[in-house]
Amino acid sequence: MATATATGTTSAEYKAAQPKVPVWKTIRLYAGVALIVVWGLAPFYWMVVTSLRDLQYTFDTTPYPTHVTLDNYRTVFDTDLGNHFGRALLNSLFIGVCTTLIGLAVGVFAAYALARLEFRGKFVVLGIVLGASMFPGVALVTPLFQLFRNIGWFGTYQALIIPNISFVLPLTIYTLTAFFREMPWELEEAAKIDGATPGQAFRIVILPLAAPGLFTTAILAFIASWNEFLIASQLSNDKTQPVTVAIAQFTGSQPQVEPYTAVMAAGTVVTIPLIIMVLLFQRRIVDGLTAGGVKG
Amino acid sequence: MSAQTTGSAVASEEAPKLKKKGKGGGDEDRELIDPHQARRAYVLIAPTIVLLAIVIGYPVLRAVWMSFQQDAKLDPQTGFFQEGGFAGFENYTHWLLQRCGDTSCPVGTTAAGFWEVVWITCFFTIVTVTLELVLGFAFALIMNGKYRGRGLVRASILIPWAIPTAVTAKLWYFIFAVNGIANALLNTDILWFSDKWAARFAIIIADVWKTTPFMALLILAGLQLISADIYEAAKVDGASAWQRFTSITLPLVKPALMVALLFRTLDVLRMYDLPAIMTGGGAGDGNDTTTLSILVVEEIRSAFNSAAALSTLTFLFVFLVAFVFIKFLGVNAVEQSAGGKRK
Repeated sequence: MATATATGTTSAEYKAAQPKVPVWKTIRLYAGVALIVVWGLAPFYWMVVTSLRDLQYTFDTTPYPTHVTLDNYRTVFDTDLGNHFGRALLNSLFIGVCTTLIGLAVGVFAAYALARLEFRGKFVVLGIVLGASMFPGVALVTPLFQLFRNIGWFGTYQALIIPNISFVLPLTIYTLTAFFREMPWELEEAAKIDGATPGQAFRIVILPLAAPGLFTTAILAFIASWNEFLIASQLSNDKTQPVTVAIAQFTGSQPQVEPYTAVMAAGTVVTIPLIIMVLLFQRRIVDGLTAGGVKG
Repeated sequence: MSAQTTGSAVASEEAPKLKKKGKGGGDEDRELIDPHQARRAYVLIAPTIVLLAIVIGYPVLRAVWMSFQQDAKLDPQTGFFQEGGFAGFENYTHWLLQRCGDTSCPVGTTAAGFWEVVWITCFFTIVTVTLELVLGFAFALIMNGKYRGRGLVRASILIPWAIPTAVTAKLWYFIFAVNGIANALLNTDILWFSDKWAARFAIIIADVWKTTPFMALLILAGLQLISADIYEAAKVDGASAWQRFTSITLPLVKPALMVALLFRTLDVLRMYDLPAIMTGGGAGDGNDTTTLSILVVEEIRSAFNSAAALSTLTFLFVFLVAFVFIKFLGVNAVEQSAGGKRK
């Protein structure tokens, strides 16, 4: 079983029994920890530092900000060069919120059934959900490209939301099922015994308990949708394109010069909301990420 | 009733729920599946199945149907564009056997490069997943140790995971620029995106950077399930660190490891964003970083139906690999996600 490590010793006794860790092992451990932190932060740090540099000093290798300017951020939101970055941000937000809400609204019921109810065909349903989550997005692009052109949906928001559901819904179900399985459902039974209807038991007892799981799932779903590129790059137009596509197609003021610093600024803008989420909810995100796959 | 109440107290575990409360309370036959419960389950699951049928089922069937249609082409006799009609397996032989009409496809066409693209996709997959596995395992072992600053480590490892792949691509595109920081640090002048091997490894490095955290977190979650007592017992019995790793850590973490491996393998097989943005599938002779997904997107521009055949092939290939993992390597993804077989 996952939670209880069937041990007779208390943690205090256990600690006392532990031999002292040799110094070289501690050094090795912290060297490893430092390596992981550098791995995660260094490229991101470089993006932020570059985004603050004057275009002329794009390739300066000083490891801290030099020739500091906010021009790049101004360039990012400048529409004169044919970039619609501000609009793209709103598009991504809108598409992400819609996809997440639909995924949660539908997935929460399926996850409840999979976690809590016994029925024939459960494994078939799990297999379908799992198969859907492994599905290559590129296999949707061809038929949807043609279909949406035929029915005049090409470049519309629904043409971007619908394909996103294909990977957000399985993700939602997968994560929520794992969360629901860990919940203290006896409380639901207790509420019913106390005279609550199933609906009341769900609203008053279960929903507050499930809220953290739902919230984490929403974050994961939103990030997945926010980060989607392949389908959006084929099915969006200038008006509906999300930020990932806008960044990939970003053009600078001088055609000969790659607008690296502005692109790094754009990348920073896109990443900041995600970094904030990661900082606030890191523990939950890790739980959610590993929920489906590992708790065995 | 009392039996049922105690029954439900342990119900968060796997003990199959025998039934929910019968209306009159008491003793109906103890069948394994309660029809009321089953009916409720089907009602709750129906919207998901309907939605998946719309967003995946229908497009897939449409793609399969398209793949057996001929693409419209110029009729040499009339000079008009002509709708294709039924194509049989023509669109499939186009890719698999490089048949363009009655002749083999000339060099330089998308079809002529098909097997090369399959090879490149597999190469990316094997190298990337192997590197991620080794690094991810190392990271997980480090993170499983006792140290201060867990929050910082967890936050920094989540950053590559959270950054959109499109941004990752642009970021590494800048890092690997000719005058960029990579060449500066290595003291080299490599043209990363012109040479085919340099370009391939630039993409691999970017992918490994982004997804090793995911692998590490999954493996770490597996490691945390292993009780410290087992290691203590092994130590008392005189097992060396290496023996403890190979005969305790590896076998116990294997289920988590295999699921992580499966997910990542399928992810890299459908890789698109990084090469599409970093090289456009180019470098070297022109197609040296083209993956299957990039090839499909290129083909959409010229011929829908043969693109549909190619995307169907890609999808079959991905599922074949998933099948091999589940069937022969014993990855029990469904059962794991069902939480079954807890030990």
